[in-house]
Amino acid sequence: MRASDPYLARFEDTFEREGASRGPAWLYPIRKAGISRFAEIGLPTPQQEDWRFTNVAPIGRLPFKPLLSPTEATIKLEQFQFANLPASRLVFVIGHFSARLSTILPQEAGVQLGSLAEALRNDGALLQKYLGRFAKPDEDGFSALNTAFFTDGAFIYVPAGKAVKEAVHLMFIATTGEAGAAIHPRNLIVVEPNSKLTLIESYFSTVQSAYVTNAIDEFVIGDNAVVEHCKFQDESRTAYHIAAQYLHLGRSANVISHSFAFGAKLSRNNIRTTLAGEGLDCILNGLYITCDEQLADHHMIVEHAKPHCNSHEYYNGILDDRSKGVFHGRILVQQEAQKTDAKQTNKNLLLSDDATIDTKPQLEIYADDVKCTHGATVGQLNDESIFYLRARGIGIDTARRILIHAFAGEIIDRVRCEPLREELDRLVWDRLEDNPHL
Amino acid sequence: MQNDVILEIRNLHAGVENKQILKGVNLTIRAGETHAVMGPNGSGKSTLAQILAGREGYEVTEGQVLYKGHDLLEMDPEERARGGVFLAFQYPVEIPGVNSAYFLKSALNEVRKARGLPELDAMDFLALAKDKMKLLELREDFLKRSVNEGFSGGEKKRNEIFQMAMLEPQLAILDETDSGLDIDALKVVAHGVTRLKARDRAQLLITHYQRLLNHIVPDFVHVLVDGRIVRSGGKELALELETRGYDWIVKHPQPVPA
Repeated sequence: MRASDPYLARFEDTFEREGASRGPAWLYPIRKAGISRFAEIGLPTPQQEDWRFTNVAPIGRLPFKPLLSPTEATIKLEQFQFANLPASRLVFVIGHFSARLSTILPQEAGVQLGSLAEALRNDGALLQKYLGRFAKPDEDGFSALNTAFFTDGAFIYVPAGKAVKEAVHLMFIATTGEAGAAIHPRNLIVVEPNSKLTLIESYFSTVQSAYVTNAIDEFVIGDNAVVEHCKFQDESRTAYHIAAQYLHLGRSANVISHSFAFGAKLSRNNIRTTLAGEGLDCILNGLYITCDEQLADHHMIVEHAKPHCNSHEYYNGILDDRSKGVFHGRILVQQEAQKTDAKQTNKNLLLSDDATIDTKPQLEIYADDVKCTHGATVGQLNDESIFYLRARGIGIDTARRILIHAFAGEIIDRVRCEPLREELDRLVWDRLEDNPHL
Repeated sequence: MQNDVILEIRNLHAGVENKQILKGVNLTIRAGETHAVMGPNGSGKSTLAQILAGREGYEVTEGQVLYKGHDLLEMDPEERARGGVFLAFQYPVEIPGVNSAYFLKSALNEVRKARGLPELDAMDFLALAKDKMKLLELREDFLKRSVNEGFSGGEKKRNEIFQMAMLEPQLAILDETDSGLDIDALKVVAHGVTRLKARDRAQLLITHYQRLLNHIVPDFVHVLVDGRIVRSGGKELALELETRGYDWIVKHPQPVPA
């Protein structure tokens, strides 16, 4: 038996025998392409350059139990972060939209906020136009699997010239105790020209088990659109979290995408941005805080396809115990993309001698008039700074916390949505206070 | 009747990694007094300041230091600060991302707690800080900036004295506070320090040049050469040093009989 057989068998049971009930006809070939690709490549291995530092073999050893149908659960949302932020809240339990738990604020005409499954049932032309258009199901086994098995997620559509006033919060909650249970959220976000959206995407759980989240976001962002996206991953420490965000940006768009990776036993975030119009600004901003045996991997490709675009990546990591961070940032500047200004920094704070970080910047430049810089640092807290604070009466533990918090603050300060930024700031401070090593 | 002894340094020997820097320093400072320790480069002046503030990395091989009768060298840096010891740094540290107001309020409340005083809330803190900022002619936006980040040399030194004014230490040690200051900034800083003199407090100025002592007049001047105090006197000793140079002391290390 090949490693991919259980996945193929499951696909056959689900989509080929009961195919018709699982979405519109045009979707089936997309799914089929996903599973065929998976049959070819399987899950990634450390022999592949892009997965050298992150071994996902433990996921392959789990049974494959995709959670294809919704379940009813009574969940107190207030136990999770950002539950009280003023926002339209779309709640997904094991990956499926829960209308009962969700609250959608009134919106301007034409704005759509809701479940992808429902949008598929209505077989919207918009979905057919955009779903799977920019995501690359052939990129790795996880994207292929998501494409084959996704059933729900969020569908957000902001028509040209409209602003979604309050933030939209996608809250994903895992409630399954089963090892190998697999959640495949698929979010499609279409923001048309001259419109505006703030999107929070959070991942939480109510259980301690070896479930797998394998999510894909597709962002189609039009000319002059302004988008802030904040992904907050705080899954169970026993879970696996794999996610990919594909962002396709139009001319003069202004986009900032944050990734806060605090949870999961192993997390991997693939960020793929295509700067497909002239004169746009794109910031990728992230913070990972890990302890015990956690691994947090961010792997990004920023493709400059057009001239006069600015892209900045700022990623900071705080690593304790035997945890591990991975940062891979590739900047690809196409020949046409003159006057590109691309910067990348990855800074890491190691709080223990056993924590490790693999950081790999990579520039691939085909244009000749560009400004590209990258830098990475790995270090401990500055002894001079600690002494300065102590010499003013601040205890050593507090001094360390203040400095770590400041290091995290460099990233948090870039969050533009104020209530979100304030809550993140408090949260990081609380986590640091809980850390017994400080 | 003599005032209480604030600091007593007895036969202090200290150094770093096999290199002896202080070779038997003796110094007694009483409440209400201002002392200056002068000396050429490499004489051990800054080492003395660092050891008093509690910086790690120095090894004390002999002697002791008593602060108000307690063994100072046994105390952590934060305990010393809470107990009323303050070092104005020669090179204040830039701490990006740490807000000045937050930093100073934390420090002040630690010190107040240690003195049995209630913590200040944000409003009271701000009122006090604004008052003291005027003394040092600091700009209004100062408290919003990160600690020392991007400050000019003069701003950093004024910030040290501003912190001193907030924390009201019983023993203030000023390490080369005049270095890098132009004459206007020097006057502001010296005025601030002089205003902080009090009957129950003491100040220890550590300086290479006599310049600072024109503005902060010491009661006693000590000359440190090669890890020992080779001469002590009144404020006129500083002037004499300025005229005759350190070579004169090095060649005539014994105090001239009165």
